[in-house]
Order: sequence, then structure tokens, then C-alpha cells
Amino acid sequence: MQKITKEVYLKWYEDMLFWRKFEDKLAAVYIQQKVRGFLHLYNGQEAVLAGALHAMDLTKDKMITAYRNHVQPIGMGVDPNRVMAELYGKVTGTSHGMGGSMHIFSKEFRFYGGHGIVGGQIPLGAGIAFGDKYHGVDGVTLCCFGDGAARQGSLHETFNLAMLWNLPVVFVCENNGYAMGTSVERTANHTEIWKLGLGYDMPCGPVDGMNPVKVAEAFDEAITRARTGGGPTFLELKTYRYRGHSMSDAQHYRTKSEVEEYKKIDPITQVKEIILDKKYASEEDIKVIDKRVKERVAECEKFAEESPFPEKQQLYDMVYEQEDYPFIQHKL
Amino acid sequence: MKTIQFREAICEAMSEEMRRDESVYLMGEEVAEYNGAYKASKGMLDEFGAKRVIDTPIAELGFAGIAIGSTMTGNRPIVEYMTFNFSLVGIDQIISNAAKIRQMSGGQFKCPIVFRGPTASAGQLGATHSQAFESWFANTPGLKVVVPSNPYDAKGLLKAAIRDDDPVIFMESEQMYGDKGEVPEGEYIIPLGVADIKREGTDVTIVSFGKIIKEAYKAADELEKEGISCEIIDLRTVRPMDRKAIVESVKKTNRLVVLEEAWPFGNVATEITYLIQSEAFDYLDAPVVRINTADTPAPYSPVLLEEWLPNHEDVIKAVKKVLYK
Repeated sequence: MQKITKEVYLKWYEDMLFWRKFEDKLAAVYIQQKVRGFLHLYNGQEAVLAGALHAMDLTKDKMITAYRNHVQPIGMGVDPNRVMAELYGKVTGTSHGMGGSMHIFSKEFRFYGGHGIVGGQIPLGAGIAFGDKYHGVDGVTLCCFGDGAARQGSLHETFNLAMLWNLPVVFVCENNGYAMGTSVERTANHTEIWKLGLGYDMPCGPVDGMNPVKVAEAFDEAITRARTGGGPTFLELKTYRYRGHSMSDAQHYRTKSEVEEYKKIDPITQVKEIILDKKYASEEDIKVIDKRVKERVAECEKFAEESPFPEKQQLYDMVYEQEDYPFIQHKL
Repeated sequence: MKTIQFREAICEAMSEEMRRDESVYLMGEEVAEYNGAYKASKGMLDEFGAKRVIDTPIAELGFAGIAIGSTMTGNRPIVEYMTFNFSLVGIDQIISNAAKIRQMSGGQFKCPIVFRGPTASAGQLGATHSQAFESWFANTPGLKVVVPSNPYDAKGLLKAAIRDDDPVIFMESEQMYGDKGEVPEGEYIIPLGVADIKREGTDVTIVSFGKIIKEAYKAADELEKEGISCEIIDLRTVRPMDRKAIVESVKKTNRLVVLEEAWPFGNVATEITYLIQSEAFDYLDAPVVRINTADTPAPYSPVLLEEWLPNHEDVIKAVKKVLYK
């Protein structure tokens, strides 16, 4: 793993702040009804992504996740304009407006979605790793999911097969405490999700998901193991989301003081404090970054606003590879 | 030409395509060391090795999803289900992932995969092992559904399915694996989406697919003795359906019977019936008759099973009904 230098801290600060502000902008335009459907925001969980990206080799490693998926592709290199445009349903979006909030994909940057069925992407992640192993590619797949998905059968079938076939995959449970409105305590008789790996003899453990340094170190070990033929690892990232499960969540299942407690260990604040403590940058420098982030987010919004919607014919162009597929006519 | 069993046709198709394309592999329960639950992959482990002929534990959801995921990094898997009755525990992977990934990713990812195995009833197996889900899968945009009825079609269609860049559900029958038929010595491909007129006739069109079509052949033989000429269309591919072939035949015979081994509510026969009243209403000399299983789960007891399953006598009755005889 590359050393965590001043430049890394500054990049983390700017990236995480951008992701946070990007999501905040989406919340704002959602209220204006410019973005529709379900909207799941990543606020609070940024350290997981920042640490993971630091440990990954972005020339060949891969990521797949669930429906809280706007900022991961941006971190991997996708133009945020195109992610914002996808949420606006515009033709310039990552999926030309076919996917929406829950289904962001980028083949070019090896981001494999963006999946709306809880736990449905877990076997896909192992399958992506299966394909790499089959073809002798030494990429590693990060297969991410939430604490809710840890209760799906798909996880257990996939853990078994991934160990049986020694696949180069890291399973990542981003435990933000709640599966929609149901706390982890209410979904099983145990709360240490990482221990599910023990039943499969899979290397596993808990990680402080609010601290990008701890995250990067844990991912580095897991990715190195997978890349050198050591097979899967299961990491439980203890993290927290500040916003509701989706925008329609009134959050009656938790207290405001609980949210405030977590904000005291906010990953962006933690990184900013280190930057200032170690004099990696001044308050003035930070303000310059903050301004740059704000302008970049505004640029995304402008791009999405000004982009055209798709032509109606596109409805039929995306389903099959076969170019002349004979769809049944549905309108007179 | 040579005469081979249906299971050998499947095996030849898979083996030929695996020789041709390194990215194709076969995965499923008992496909490797056991040589296939119905011996449809006999000898393939020896030829291709354990990297490409892969035994799985009984985890239909898990291995379906892994196979689908591997298409995203360049594989073209063949997934065998010991029966499509078992596909239900993994059906989310087929419906929500295989059928959707291309569309949801705006065309970035394709999903070239074949799910194959037997469908429908196979004797006294009771309710859970006698189900036909052709119409379930065919209802889903993004999938193609192929149901061959003889070794020649099976081989040519399976090769086309493996080469197809879209996900294909390929449905066989336990009761067909021993059927023998002629196939060419050399390579051939049968395109998907093209029906086959198995018998030409003038008085009535019978549309069917899969193993149950044999009941139509038996019925047509008996009806011929009475001077009734049946045209039998084998759909071969249920989705996309060769609508033109059906409509053209009905315009010629003016009468239609649809024979499908499936529950009656909202099935393939229903779709064909809608098609014909929409496209050939003025050509019809009688209402369309469909023959399906009873609207119940399959029973075990032989007397009840016989009552449940369509047979050639049902076809004869239906043909006579549309002929007002």
C-alpha cells in the first residue's frame, strides 16, 4: 500500500467532502422533484470508500455494491457530471437514464453496479472475481453490501462457493447500524456480523469504518491476500449513515442525539483535524478546497439540468444485444 | 447423417462450442464427476478438465449469480439446472440480474449465458417436480426462451444459444434425453426465434413445443385416417416467438389448436390465442382451443396424473371441436 502522506490526506478531504456535497445536492434537487424514485445517500460512510480506494489498484481492481452507489463510481474515476445526469434521467447519464439512482454502472472504470435487490449483488461480485481468475487477470473484486444483506441466503451460498473456489474477492459489509428501520440487534441473535466468516473458515474481522486509515490498512491486507492467491476475506466496516435509509424515511427508529454522537467522529472532520494539526494545510487552504468542491457540484447540477432526455426509441435499444429483436407492440 | 440420443445432442453442442470458445464453461450440480444427472455432459470433464466443467454444491442461487457475474468479466457460461423446478431458489438472479444488467447499465454490459435443464413433468414425481415455467421466463424482457423437441433441433438451437449474446433459458425434458434422432455429421446452427413446420396440413393448425408435441404427432396420425389434415408448428423458441409462422398457418387452415404442457392461467397458449384474434380474426372459422394441464398442482397417483396431463386424445377432441365434428 502507498504511504498515507500529506497528499493522501488532502485528497481524502477533498474527495470525501465532494461526495458529501454531491449527495447533499441530490437531496436538494430531490425535494425539488428533479430527481425521482428512491434516493439512498452515503453521508457518514465516506471513510469506507476513501480507505478502500487507497488500497485498491484502480488499473485492475473492481467494485460492486448495492443501491447506495452514487459516489463509489466517482471515486473510481467516473465523471460526476454523468452520475448526476443519470439521476436526472438524462441521456448523458452513466446508463443513458435507464438505471437511475440505484443502478450506476461503469465498465470503463470497473464499477459493476449499482444493484437494487438487497444481497442480489453478492454472488455477482464473486462471479466477477471468478471471471478474473478464469482468465488469469490478477484483479481483486470488492463486493460491498449492507448489514441488511448479511441476513440474505445469497451471502451464505456465495461465501461457501467463494471459499470452495478460492476466488479473489473481498466481501465488505458496510454496517451502518440499520437495515432501513430495523437495527442490527433486531435482525439476528448476534451483532458481530464479521463472525459470519468464521463458519466458512474465511479470514474476517471488524474495522473502524469511520477512520480511512484503519479502513485502508484492513483493505490492503485483504486485497493483498486475494491477489496473491489467498482467497476471500470478509470485513465488517462499522460505520453510520446520517440521513435516512432513503429520502422517504422519517427515522423514528433512532434518536437525534445518536446521530449527533456519530457526527463527533465524522470522517471528514477527523481528516480535516489531522490536516490542520499536522499543518498539511491552513484554514485558508481548506477554504479554497471547500470553494472548489462547491463549484464542482454546481457544475454537475448544471450539466444534468442542461442535458437532454433520451429519445423514446432508446426504450427498445437497451434490452437485447440482438439488434432486430421483435418486441411486442404495446401501443396502438 | 447419424442417429444420436437427445442427451448426446446436448453434449455435442456444448462440447463443440467449448472447443471453439475458451470463455465457455459448464457449471452445475453433478455435471462433472457424475457425468451429468442425466448424462448430458458425459465425458466432458475428461476432455475439458475441472476448470471448465465445474461441479457445484446444491446452491442454485449462488452458482447462478456467480455465473452471471462472470459474464461481466468475459465468460459465456452454461449453467445446468438438474431441473428448472430447482431454478426457483435462484430465479431472482435470472430475472433481476441476467435479464436486467444490459438495460440497467445502458448497454455497457451484455450477459451471454445459457441456463439449461429439464422442464415440466416426467412421470409420477408429484407437485414440486412437475412444473413448467416457460411462460414465467418468457414473460420477462431481456431473456430468450428455447424449448426443443428432438435431438436435431436441440443440438442446432443449443449451439445458437451458446453463441447468443443475450441470456437464454434452454428447456429440455427428462423424458426426451433417451429419444433418438438424426443429426448431420458436420456442424450446423438453428437460429433462435424461428418456428418449424413439423408437418404440413390443410384443415387445422396445431401449435406446440417441447416434449408434449409428440402427443400432437400421435393425434395427427389418427386424424389422418379419418381424412383430417393437421399442420403442426413447433415453436422451438418461445421468446421471441415466431408470430408470423403461426399467423400464416392459421390464415391457411382457418382453425387453431394450441397444445402446451403448463398451467392454463396466462401461459404461452394464452399469448398465441391473443395474437390470433388480433392478427387473423377474420380468418378464423372457429374459436381457438388450447390444451393445457389441469389448473392444479401435478398429482402423484397415476390415474390422477393421466387426468392432469394433456394427451393425444385431448388433441383429437380439440381438433374435432374446431372442425365442428
